[in-house]
Amino acid sequence: MQKVRGLVIKRAGELLSDGTVTRVLGYKCGDFFYDVTPAFFESADQLSDLEYGSFCGANLSKYLINACKDQKEGKILVLLKPCDTYSFNQLLTEHRIDRDKIYVIGVGCKGMLDIEKLKAMGFKGITKVLDNGDELDIKTIYGDKKCKRADALLEKCVCCKGKDFKAFDEVIDVEEPGEKGADRFEGVALLENMTSEERFAFWNNELSKCIRCNACRNVCPACSCMKCVFDNPVSGAAGKVNSNSFEEKMFHIIRAFHVAGRCTDCGECSRVCPQGIPLHLLNRKFIKDIDELYGDYQAGEEVGSRAPLVNFTFDDAEPSIVHERGNE
Amino acid sequence: MQVNENAKEWKPLIVAFCCNWCSYAGADLAGTSRLSYPADVKIIRVPCSCRVNPMFILKAFEKGADGVIMCGCHPGDCHYSTGNYYARRRMTLLFSMLDYLGIDRKRTRVEWVSAAEGQKFSLVMNDFAKTITELGENVKLGDIRCKK
Ligand code: SF4
Ligand code: SF4
Ligand code: FES
Repeated sequence: MQKVRGLVIKRAGELLSDGTVTRVLGYKCGDFFYDVTPAFFESADQLSDLEYGSFCGANLSKYLINACKDQKEGKILVLLKPCDTYSFNQLLTEHRIDRDKIYVIGVGCKGMLDIEKLKAMGFKGITKVLDNGDELDIKTIYGDKKCKRADALLEKCVCCKGKDFKAFDEVIDVEEPGEKGADRFEGVALLENMTSEERFAFWNNELSKCIRCNACRNVCPACSCMKCVFDNPVSGAAGKVNSNSFEEKMFHIIRAFHVAGRCTDCGECSRVCPQGIPLHLLNRKFIKDIDELYGDYQAGEEVGSRAPLVNFTFDDAEPSIVHERGNE
Repeated sequence: MQVNENAKEWKPLIVAFCCNWCSYAGADLAGTSRLSYPADVKIIRVPCSCRVNPMFILKAFEKGADGVIMCGCHPGDCHYSTGNYYARRRMTLLFSMLDYLGIDRKRTRVEWVSAAEGQKFSLVMNDFAKTITELGENVKLGDIRCKK
């Protein structure tokens, strides 16, 4: 991906200097090399800080909502990975961003890494991670280590949607087009096959870890309401932090429901959760149900498609179907 | 949950969201026809079944409901033409999610009751109340603070 980085910097520099774009939305290194954060670059010399490597998991499309509002003239250049283009399309469908103000460069991706997974494998004091094909060379202060690249992928990259760009003005890619990832409904099916008591215990354990930092909501491209019910003190639902076990369940049920049919399964919510809660298991449950009951639907696949929850057919399944299938 | 002090007997609290045009009228008809339905059913009148936000259902549980039922016009008969078609998808997905979280699926139900079906209303409510009584108190979704 170093090659892509070089090409992106070169091309972005050209577009900035010929005036096609006035700023670039990309990535920049934070305090640690794996701590890569979204950043704007406004001139060609700032671009030397632009980063594009194995830790650029963040989906930049949501930042375009505010950026479009501030953009008076000229365009914003944005770097989107194949999976990010789904969220981009979804935002276009919902009229949250303005296509005319955006110049999309699709950047090739071979799967992003999860630093938490590397740490969990027992690597301490990591100073650098070098991509070596299917293997990673991990430099640590205790010496050099190795591990399989596939073992350190972000959850969303394990279940990669494929390397097609669903929206772009140009593409910069040097990788071979890869394959789709693993079956994304495996985890959901596993839970569905448990008994009701086991499921309750599982979710009680997971959701009680939630500290209501709202990171999952803030990062989500589908969660872009101007005023969220969970910020509104008179809604009676703005409760924070563990005041009782129901409140956090309510937060997660409502959040997952609100994005049902619009969630592109970009995996950002699970990636940013500081408590490591597997939020994708909630979203993918809705996606799986929608696929099974109302036909396959992938949010963001095309601009303007009608989300399943704002649509119907005369012979949809009755709610009693829930009572008839699955485990008690 | 309510405790009848005299009988010291637990009675379920059931919340029924009824659309104004069919099910609420159906409940009325049940009343005027002197068909009984359990007093534990608290009816909340909504303009249309698609007015029922998933949050209403969760809130009802939070405030101590042991079962929640939503009634609307039969598909095709909605006063606003298509409201109940949307509601049908929403409730199916919501109930499926509650089930996925391990909340007993028998505590939620949707029934289509027309204004002429006083009898059906009474049957459905009696049956639902029976199911909930068998399940017992809802401890999984309640907010303990609301039960003081
Ligand atoms: S709910 Fe999670 S996976 Fe779905 S769009 Fe939002 S951040 Fe992405
Ligand atoms: S990011 Fe995690 S801890 Fe924060 S609100 Fe979401 S689920 Fe809770
Ligand atoms: S008016 Fe009865 S369901 Fe819409």
